[in-house]
Amino acid sequence: MAFPPEWGSKIMETLANLAMGFSIALTPYTLMLAIIGCFVGTIIGALPGLGPSNGVALLIPISFSMGLDAISALVLLTSVYYGAMYGGRISSILLNIPGDEPAMMTTLDGYPMAKQGKASEALVVSGVASFVGAMLATIGLMIFAPYLARVAYQFGPAEYFALYMLAFCTLGGIGSSNQAKAAMAAAIGLGIAMIGLDKTTGMPRFTFGELHLMDGVDFLVAIVGLFAVAEVFHFIESHGKDSAIGVKLGKILVPWRMLKQTSGAMLRGTGIGFVAGVLPGAGASLGSFLAYMAEKSVAKGADKASFGKGNPKGVAAPEAGNNAAAGGALVPMLTLGVPGSGTTAVLLALLLTLNITPGPLLFAERPEVVWSLIASLLIANVVLLLMNVPMVKVFVKILSVPAWVLLPGVTMIAFVGIYSLTGSSFDMLLMVAFGVLGYVMRKLGIPTVPVILGILLGNAMEDNLRRAMVLSNGDWWYLLSSPIAIGLWIAAIVGFVAPIFLRRILKKPAVPHDPTLNED
Amino acid sequence: MKIWTRAAAAALLMTVAIPASAAECIAPANPGGGWDFTCRQIGRIMTELGLVPNMVQVTNLAGAGGGVAYTQVVSKRSSDPEVFVAASSSTTTRLAQNAFAGATADQVRWVGSIGGDPGVIVVAQDSPFQTLNDLVEAVKADPASVAFAGGSAVGGYDHLKVLMLLNEAGFDDMRAIKYIGLDGGADAITQTVGGFAQAMTGDLSEITGFIRSGDVRPIAVLSEERVAGFDNVPTAKEQGIDSVSMNWRGVYVPKDISDEDYDKWVDMLRQVGESEQWQAVMAENGLESYALFGDEFEAFVNQSIADVQDISREIGLVQ
Repeated sequence: MAFPPEWGSKIMETLANLAMGFSIALTPYTLMLAIIGCFVGTIIGALPGLGPSNGVALLIPISFSMGLDAISALVLLTSVYYGAMYGGRISSILLNIPGDEPAMMTTLDGYPMAKQGKASEALVVSGVASFVGAMLATIGLMIFAPYLARVAYQFGPAEYFALYMLAFCTLGGIGSSNQAKAAMAAAIGLGIAMIGLDKTTGMPRFTFGELHLMDGVDFLVAIVGLFAVAEVFHFIESHGKDSAIGVKLGKILVPWRMLKQTSGAMLRGTGIGFVAGVLPGAGASLGSFLAYMAEKSVAKGADKASFGKGNPKGVAAPEAGNNAAAGGALVPMLTLGVPGSGTTAVLLALLLTLNITPGPLLFAERPEVVWSLIASLLIANVVLLLMNVPMVKVFVKILSVPAWVLLPGVTMIAFVGIYSLTGSSFDMLLMVAFGVLGYVMRKLGIPTVPVILGILLGNAMEDNLRRAMVLSNGDWWYLLSSPIAIGLWIAAIVGFVAPIFLRRILKKPAVPHDPTLNED
Repeated sequence: MKIWTRAAAAALLMTVAIPASAAECIAPANPGGGWDFTCRQIGRIMTELGLVPNMVQVTNLAGAGGGVAYTQVVSKRSSDPEVFVAASSSTTTRLAQNAFAGATADQVRWVGSIGGDPGVIVVAQDSPFQTLNDLVEAVKADPASVAFAGGSAVGGYDHLKVLMLLNEAGFDDMRAIKYIGLDGGADAITQTVGGFAQAMTGDLSEITGFIRSGDVRPIAVLSEERVAGFDNVPTAKEQGIDSVSMNWRGVYVPKDISDEDYDKWVDMLRQVGESEQWQAVMAENGLESYALFGDEFEAFVNQSIADVQDISREIGLVQ
């Protein structure tokens, strides 16, 4: 992308616009809304089963009945949105249950860190990583949004398919050191993704005439079942001895050395996450996944081997990635009206109800809306950093009540959250079934993250492959018809093959293969 | 202070109890789509006109393209006089294709339609197609060379628009027409501007921003007459192809309510449709007036369903 000739004046214009945004968004009243939004958002994010999208959806009617004007409603809801992205990590780290789907990757190293007594370090590192990711992404949104919108035009079915292949090819090394188990888990996820209406023929598949299965299995149902409900089963079985619930948290100190050590991971995670967010078909979950996998692949030796066992970089990269993706996802939402994720879809709904139509002209026609939104994102970020680093204990307190309170609480929130999402008792039964599946998989040492990834991306991957086949009249070479697609395929193949060779090199006595690591 | 009491009242309303007498609008999809829009706008205007005592509660009941809401209203709330449900061409399309697990159009009562979103065919700015006929001729010459992108799945309303248009133009090999279904109109435009599809079919309201920014060029609007604000866009009719596709916005109510209650809904909807507020909403969102109420609307629904069944049979979606 070439810089436009009027680069200097562009910067001045951006700053002037930003000043205007702050002048609208930075009143004591909106600041109060931002603080409330951040607080509520962090709690919503931290509670398993209540994610950013149902959090924001639940708050829309409240903001209307409070009679908020467009700007105030936007400030409140974007604060909740960013807050939930921050909050998701708290239960990932402390309970091994992701608060929302992008926080899934944070369980991999965050929970082992907590088990080693480094919960506070994990929370601080991930909090700072969230801040770095969200802040840089917001700045990116501010400067590049109109140009970035064009990136979406470069991605057709073939390119998206290659992008999803990249995700699945790099999946091998996740969580478990047994590639076959990860592949099996991904296959289960892809299988579940096939349920529902086939978009290319309009025919229902594997629905057994059940109307609730027409839209397929909601990944939130799967994630709450596989993580939260399975954790409850596990807790009951072990009488709380070997469960995640009840991790103790020491004093919150800022681990400066660890922050310095992970700064590279944060920046790389931010870059990857932002790009994933900007692409409408990718979103925050893919952003945090790719950020984690990339970080693992650039690490060397013992550092690499410690991924999945409590490496702080494994916490920093995905958290920076998912928060950057949350900011990035606003780019296609504002400039094209294409929501990149469930939450941006809800925010899009809010804008439409306020008679603001996102699209290519939004920046030109409604600058006051765009710039006050950006200003409120920046405000929310600073508020969230303060809440999530020095004050994180407040939120931890909520999760560190005794097990006999927490456990029924988690169960209840799981049920209420899922019911509020879909309004159907069928999904609650499905969630329990996923809980059983998650419990069995844990016993067998099969990682559950690939299942979620399969459900999350399987549909989009298939749709894009079939669209590509329709467009090319069945010519498979179409999948390799653009430089972007070829580049992604090369990265996918390298990602798939490299670990096989690297493992040989790494298999030295310095990094002993520990079979017990398969267990969790 | 006032805002706090209101917030508290709202929170209470949300969590504790919803008064049984409050009117409720079911939007059979997640927030953000056309049905949600219909519910929220009609609800707001009903409150502003004083037709309902309280705020209209909007419930999002997503699933199966409206099927979950439809079957729920049929089976569980068939005599609830306080509920109405947002509907559009998609609702009747799916009913025609038997996509609601056996539910049929006569299991509810159709109240009326208060606006319509004209169908439109657009191409990328640099497309070689200048008129609708250029596009139609290209399809006739080689159907494999033109791919249409739309915001609905195969068999959905965006797909049917293309089929009905080409059918009217004298092309009858329905299965040879290339169509890719994406997640919503904006997504379909992105693919068309990117050059992956050659033309895009959707509702005018989802495309207005892209037309005004110059990213896409409309070559035909599928309405009876040219649309105000888009006076330079010719209708398909003017170009010799008599095809009209209006995605109407309306509502239905449960079957077993009394005739008085049904008449009350028809009357209220008519008042909303005639209000200044609704006219403003239509103007802002690229909707056209499309007013049909009561019996007239029921007849229209039955006719639409018969039409869609014919064409769906031709592409093999229904037997």
